[in-house]
Amino acid sequence: MEQHPDHSRTTLDSLAPLTRAEILSVDWDSLAPDEGKRLRALGLDEGARVAIAHRGVFFGRDPIAILIGRTTIALRRTHARAMTVRTI
Amino acid sequence: MTRLRTAALVGNPNAGKSALFNALTGARQKIANYPGVTVERVSGRMTLPSGEPVELIDLPGSYSLDAASPDEEVTRQVVLGEFPGEAQPETLVVVVDAANLEQHLVFAQEMIALGRPTVVALNMVDLAERDGLAIDPDALSDALGVPVVPTVAVRKRGLDALADAMDAAPGQDISTRHDVGHLTLPERRLAARNMVKGAILSESGERRLHTHLDKILLHPWLGPITLFALLFVMFQAVFAWADPLIGAIEGVAELASGFVTAAMPESFLRDLITEGVIAGVGSVVVFLPQIIILFAFILVMEQSGYMARAAFIMDRLMAYVGLSGRSFIPLLSSFACAIPGIMATRSIADPKDRLTTILIAPLMTCSARLPVYTVIIGAVIPATSVGPGIGLQGLVLFGLYLAGIVGAMAVALVLRRTATKGAASGFIMELPKYQLPPLRDLAIGLWQRAWVFLRRAGTIIFAATVILWLLLTFPKADPGESQLDASAAGHIASFMQPAFEPIGFQREMTLALVPAMAAREVAVASLATTYAVEAEGEAETEQALRGQIAARWSLPTALAFLAWFIFAPQCLSTIAVARRETNGWKWPAVMVIYLFALAYIFAGLTYWSAVALGL
Repeated sequence: MEQHPDHSRTTLDSLAPLTRAEILSVDWDSLAPDEGKRLRALGLDEGARVAIAHRGVFFGRDPIAILIGRTTIALRRTHARAMTVRTI
Repeated sequence: MTRLRTAALVGNPNAGKSALFNALTGARQKIANYPGVTVERVSGRMTLPSGEPVELIDLPGSYSLDAASPDEEVTRQVVLGEFPGEAQPETLVVVVDAANLEQHLVFAQEMIALGRPTVVALNMVDLAERDGLAIDPDALSDALGVPVVPTVAVRKRGLDALADAMDAAPGQDISTRHDVGHLTLPERRLAARNMVKGAILSESGERRLHTHLDKILLHPWLGPITLFALLFVMFQAVFAWADPLIGAIEGVAELASGFVTAAMPESFLRDLITEGVIAGVGSVVVFLPQIIILFAFILVMEQSGYMARAAFIMDRLMAYVGLSGRSFIPLLSSFACAIPGIMATRSIADPKDRLTTILIAPLMTCSARLPVYTVIIGAVIPATSVGPGIGLQGLVLFGLYLAGIVGAMAVALVLRRTATKGAASGFIMELPKYQLPPLRDLAIGLWQRAWVFLRRAGTIIFAATVILWLLLTFPKADPGESQLDASAAGHIASFMQPAFEPIGFQREMTLALVPAMAAREVAVASLATTYAVEAEGEAETEQALRGQIAARWSLPTALAFLAWFIFAPQCLSTIAVARRETNGWKWPAVMVIYLFALAYIFAGLTYWSAVALGL
C-alpha cells in the first residue's frame, strides 16, 4: 500500500473537483432536520459515490455542484463539510 | 351525477411530469387552489381507450412521502386519501426519468407499496438514449410488479400505450407486487440500484450534453456574466420587440373608437365607450405583447433547466442578505407577477426564508408596472441611443428594475436581522438536465398567462375604468369650470392632494393612485381617461397619452411618479395572496406599511433631488 488510508479521507467540501469519492459517514446532527431529509432523499447518504463538478461564483467557494449517479445537486459548503468521504 | 374516475400523476421533481400532463390532457386544464393551502391544483381531462373519461391530477413533484415542504405535504395527503375534500385518486401514474432511475425508483417504490392501481411511465427515454443509456421496460416491470410504459412526453410517444395501461390498471393483481411496504430508505435505494442494474440493456460512457453546457453556465466567471447578459437582453427585448405589436393593437383601438364615434349619435353611451372603455381598457391591453415576451423568457428559462443554474449562480449573492438561491426563482417569477412568485415560495423549506421572500416579492418589478413605466418613460425620456443596441429608454427601464432589486435586497437584509431573524438558510437543489423547451408546453404556458391578463383587463380593469369615468364625468362642470374640478373624482383628488403635493404629484396623478389599488396598470388607464374626459375628445391612444404627459408633467414630477411605483404595494390581489400564504393579516399588514412608507420616502427624495439638480 503506497498510501496511508487516512490520506484519502477528507470532508466533501475539501475534495478536489472531479475526484471520485465515496461517502463514508454523514454528521446528520450538524444539519437542520429538513436539510438532512432532503439530502438523504437526493441520495447523499453513506455509501453514495460522488464527485464535485463545480464550485463557487466569482471568488467565492460556495455553492457546490455535486455529481451523484446521473444527477447534479447544488448545495452549500456547510452541508458538504458534514460528509466524510474517501477518494476512490 | 356520476363522479369521474380520477388518476394522479406523481413523481420526483424534474421527471417531466408536467410535460406528460400537457401531452395527455392538451390545453384544456383547470388550475385552482387546494383549499386552505396555496399549492396549485392542476387538473385536466383525458379519455381512456375504453371511452371512459378520467380526471387527471398533476400532483407536485416529491422526493418522498416523508414531506419536507408544503408542496410534498399536499402530494402525500392526496395519494393517501387524507386530503380533506379531495377523493383519493383511483389510479396512480408514477412518472420516472429513464436517465435517472436510481433516484426516481426510490419514490416509485414508495408509491407502488401503497397498493393502489399503479402504472409507471418511463419518461424521457429519448434523452436517456442520447446519453447512451438503453433500458428494458419489461425487466423493470418484472422487478416492480406493475406495468412500465416507455414515454417521450414532449414528442407524444407512448401515450396510447400509457392510456391502455391506465385503462387496465383497476384490474391489477396487487399480490404480484413484492412487499416493499416496510423497507427503509437505504433498503429502497439498494433495491432501486439492483433494479436499474437488471434493466439496463446498454450503457456507454458518453459525455453528456449538460456537462458541457454546465462548464460554461456554472463557470465561476462566465456563469454570472452569461446570466446577467441574458437578463439584460430580456429587459431590452421587452422594450424593443414589443413595439410593432403595440402599434398594431393601438391601431385596432383607434379604428374601434373611430367606428363607434361614426356609428353612434353623440350620447352618454358613446362617450362611455370611447372615453371610458376603449381609452381605459385599451391602454392596458396594449401591454399584452410586453407581458408575453417577459413570460416567454421566464418560461424558456424554467423549461430548459436553466432556471436552477440561475439559482446556483445567485445563491452566493442571496446568501449575503440571508437568503438562498432558492429564493431567486420566486423572485424572478415576480418580475412577471408577484402572485405566482409568492406562490412559488412554497418550494422553500425554511419558514423564515420563505416569509422574507414573500415580503420582498412585491419589490420585483411586475408586468403590471410596465404599462406605467413605459408610458412615462416614453413621455419624458428621449429615445436616444447611448451605445450600440442600447437605448436610453431601455436603460432607464433597466435602472428601475435594478432599483427594485436593490431595494428588495436591502429590505431582506434588514428583515433577516429583525422580523425574520433566525439561522442562515441552506441551499439544496437538484440541477435538472437541459432540454429544448417543447413548443407546445411553451405555448400552453403563454396562453394561460395571456388569458389571466386579458381576464383582468376584462373584469377588474374594465370595472375600475368605468367607475372612474363616471366619477370624472359627474357632476357636470358649469361653463368656464374645468370638468376635473367639478367632478366627484376631482373632489377626491383634491382631498388627497395635500399629502402628495410635497412629493411633486399633480392632482390627476394622485387621482390615478386610487383606482390603481385594484391593479397598478389602472394608473395608466386612469390617466388616459382623465385626459380624455378633460379634452372632451376621442379615445386617447397611448401615443396621445404620452404627449399629454410630456406637455403637463415636469421631469422631477415624472421621476417621482416612477419612484413611487417601484415600491408602492398597489395590487389588492398580491396582498390577498400574501394573507393566504402567511395565514393571517399580520405579515400582509407589515408588507403594505413598509412598502407605502418606502414609496413615499423615495418618491419624495427623487422629486426633491431632481428639483435641486435643476432637472
